[in-house]
Amino acid sequence: MKRIVQALLVLLLVSLMLFVMLRIVPGNPVAVLMGEHANQATIDRLTAELGLDQPIHVQFFRYLSGAVRGDFGTSYSLGKPVSELMGTAFVNTLLLSLAAALFAWITGGLCGLLAAIRKNSIPDRLFMGFSLLGISMPVFMVAMILQYVFAYWLHWVPISGTADWRSFILPAVALGWNSAGSIARLVRSALLDTLEEDYIDTARAKGLGKSGVLFRHALRNTMLPTVTMMALQLSALLSGAVITETVFSINGIGRLAVQAITARDIPLLQGTVLFSTAIVIFGNLVADFLYTVLDPRTRKEA
Amino acid sequence: MLRKKEKQIVSDFEHRKADPAGPSEISEAYDLGEAETFGKLMLRMFRENKLSAVSLLVILLMILCTILAPVLTPYGETDMDLLNRLQPPSGDHWLGTDEGGRDVLTRLLYGSRVSLMVGIVPTLLSMVLGALLGVMAGYFGKWTDTVIMRLADIVLAFPSMLLAMVIMYTLGGGLFNVFLTLTLMNWGSVARIARSETLRLKKSEFVEAARSIGVSKWKIIFRHILPNCLPTLIVLFTLNVPAAILTESSLSFLGLGIQPPGASWGLMVNMGRQFLYNAPWLSFVPSAAIMVAVLSFNFLGDGLRDVLDPRLRKQ
Amino acid sequence: MEEALIQEKVLNKENLSQEKTLVIENLCAGFPARRGEVRVLDHVSLSVPKGKITGLVGESGCGKSMTARAVMNLIRHPGRVTGGRILLEGRDLLSMRKKERRMLQGREIAMIFQDPMSSLNPVMKVGKQVDEAVLVHEHVTHAEAKRRTLEMLEAAGVPDPERRYHSYPHQLSGGLRQRIMIAMAMVCRPKLLIADEPTTALDVTVEAQILDLMKEMSAKGTAVLLISHNLGAIARVCDDVSVMYAGKIVEQADICTLFDRPRHPYTRGLLSAVSSLRDGSEVLSVIPGHVPNLARLPAGCSFSPRCSCRGKECMEKTPEMREISPGHRIRCLWEEPGKKPGEKELETEGLAAE
Repeated sequence: MKRIVQALLVLLLVSLMLFVMLRIVPGNPVAVLMGEHANQATIDRLTAELGLDQPIHVQFFRYLSGAVRGDFGTSYSLGKPVSELMGTAFVNTLLLSLAAALFAWITGGLCGLLAAIRKNSIPDRLFMGFSLLGISMPVFMVAMILQYVFAYWLHWVPISGTADWRSFILPAVALGWNSAGSIARLVRSALLDTLEEDYIDTARAKGLGKSGVLFRHALRNTMLPTVTMMALQLSALLSGAVITETVFSINGIGRLAVQAITARDIPLLQGTVLFSTAIVIFGNLVADFLYTVLDPRTRKEA
Repeated sequence: MLRKKEKQIVSDFEHRKADPAGPSEISEAYDLGEAETFGKLMLRMFRENKLSAVSLLVILLMILCTILAPVLTPYGETDMDLLNRLQPPSGDHWLGTDEGGRDVLTRLLYGSRVSLMVGIVPTLLSMVLGALLGVMAGYFGKWTDTVIMRLADIVLAFPSMLLAMVIMYTLGGGLFNVFLTLTLMNWGSVARIARSETLRLKKSEFVEAARSIGVSKWKIIFRHILPNCLPTLIVLFTLNVPAAILTESSLSFLGLGIQPPGASWGLMVNMGRQFLYNAPWLSFVPSAAIMVAVLSFNFLGDGLRDVLDPRLRKQ
Repeated sequence: MEEALIQEKVLNKENLSQEKTLVIENLCAGFPARRGEVRVLDHVSLSVPKGKITGLVGESGCGKSMTARAVMNLIRHPGRVTGGRILLEGRDLLSMRKKERRMLQGREIAMIFQDPMSSLNPVMKVGKQVDEAVLVHEHVTHAEAKRRTLEMLEAAGVPDPERRYHSYPHQLSGGLRQRIMIAMAMVCRPKLLIADEPTTALDVTVEAQILDLMKEMSAKGTAVLLISHNLGAIARVCDDVSVMYAGKIVEQADICTLFDRPRHPYTRGLLSAVSSLRDGSEVLSVIPGHVPNLARLPAGCSFSPRCSCRGKECMEKTPEMREISPGHRIRCLWEEPGKKPGEKELETEGLAAE
């Protein structure tokens, strides 16, 4: 409970800082938007309309009261309410993230598992080599290679956009590549660690075979840190896969943020960043909570 | 920052290695080592972990390239040759030319200045800043702790790319601001770690001893606490540099970092993107360079961790 | 190998007189190291008769746990058994096929470990862990397994078994956990129970209860191999004892003989260290020196550097096990150990077991 309060506090401070940071940029955004030929009167009128002439704390308060009700203002460049834009964008990001997460967890988990079981053999080194590639290749590199090979060269999937489910394959792989590498390494380490524990000896002493030991004892304990990491990864993915969305032209939260920056669209930028940060904060909470649920040792006694 | 947290979890796990020989009875059959000096430590690392040795060499090689860039290539950084645009690799241009006729290899070498320096320098600065703030928070506690840690929390709550983007927006584009952005982004995780190390060290006997003879707080911090945080921080440094390199290249890729006509690997990738299908090397070559740099630092960090951390635990 | 022949003759003679559940013959085990193979177990031979408790004593690092693990096939890589036989009711475990051997484990032989906290899976309810011991070996329903678990928990002295069944290890006290381990080991009614330092992590009062529990079980026909470095525990429940040093058995006898007339200088050293505490003597009797590094054992008798009655021969020739009286064997070169030729016998009071 205390952690939830703390998290909310952080969120509040984050929104404050964001607000301030975006407004200390010199220049009147309205003037920028309207271009060189607008006359001063129009600029002043719009400024007053948008409430930008008020002192900063008033503006912040108004923003907050709107945000709590779900109103994040209106986008300067696109004209629509920010919440509406974020809504549609989030759907895409959600689909993409889930696909990427599934890919990452399944491939990464399997790689890590198999690598640990055959420790120090060729499959182990191979899988770990892949996972290393996973965490060191920049996202855009993976994305572009995939695009080139599978979309352009082999024509197996569309190059970009969100036409149908097939167009999510490449971005999901590109996005999940990095996470897969992390999961693989973690699962391998955690599993190897778990297998050294004493209760594994007990299980073997009871007569359990390799698979029995693995599935009934080792994996359960390996899942503890793994699930925590999975929760963190999911929130990282949800908070905006900026590069992947840009490369594959997917209209998600990340891409929206980039558009907002290029267009100097403050409400949109603020909305997207705030939203993403909230997801991250929430994700951390969930990860902490999950750990408590899964590990009976951390539960408070009734 | 979540990526970093992930990395932390993974590295923590990998380095809690159990005794390789098995039951404790057997471990007593082995020699107890002598205390190792820093030099010996480095030698041992290179002996045991060939990969880190190679990585260090690669890094040094890259740094050499950045310094010697003008010497290594006959072309200037921004020499355009519009007659020879988009040429594939050839005898004249080992890595081909880009859309402005500039030699790709040259751009790569000059770009390495930016990309590597942007990896190393801001990370170093954020280390210093973070370490100081973290130690202060840990040592002085109460209000200092609360304030500093709240600030760190705020910085850490942002998804890293978005944070970078927002700061760049506030500050404007350009090299100097990229430096600043990266520094401001990374100090949070350093501070957290420095703080927990400080809390641990505060309870140790040599700190108590120093306090009992009246050594001033700041002296304790600089003489005792910071030096003992050093091994962890060194490892953290080698693991944060690749993150910084990736962030800069991502920013430049999005057009928010280094602006043309400057060169940075990320920027090269971005500009090459339009020609992905007729001149793929324009994007892939700098990407590969980034990957090599990231891998090298990761391996180096792993090797250092193997060698430095077990000692820490024993202490 | 003279030693092997003598061992066999002696053991065969004993085999005829009493039914032996476990017979270990010339067990050797070690692991490859940089300087060559390190011998952790060197021709270890001992036996556990049915319905009796045999003790295996020695300091940390002497190889007692390794012996237990060899029987249970739990030696961790890169360690491995390199020779000898382990006979369970006549069948050699080492030459069995893996699957066959695995079937025996938990059902005919069972083991309990030193630290019950780490030996129980922390995220699984203890009841389920005991159930598992049944379900692995017998095709019964879960309900039936649970019934047997509860029955066993009660037999092991766990109060309120229904409630404890649903507990997690960290919610229970050390004594309770060890009882659960015992229940888990005994639920399939094994012929042999190996207990590796079962009471080391427990309080003295709880220790006594656990040891008594073991005595009860051996009375019902289970053979027990009790491994400990605690002479008091050994004295309390064992019927016969083997003393180990640096991977070798150095003395074997029944309990009264060992405590009354210990012959090997090492055993005498151990016992006098204990008794000097009881007597309130001013100086604590200590065996000088320390346990040798198994990778660099001294030439000749492994104990010679620390032996107070060593002679020149001891440092050159490796002693073999020899029987000095029925059922009493030692590994020492001196005819009458404890006494250098021409000297008075060393002081030994009646170190009778409590």
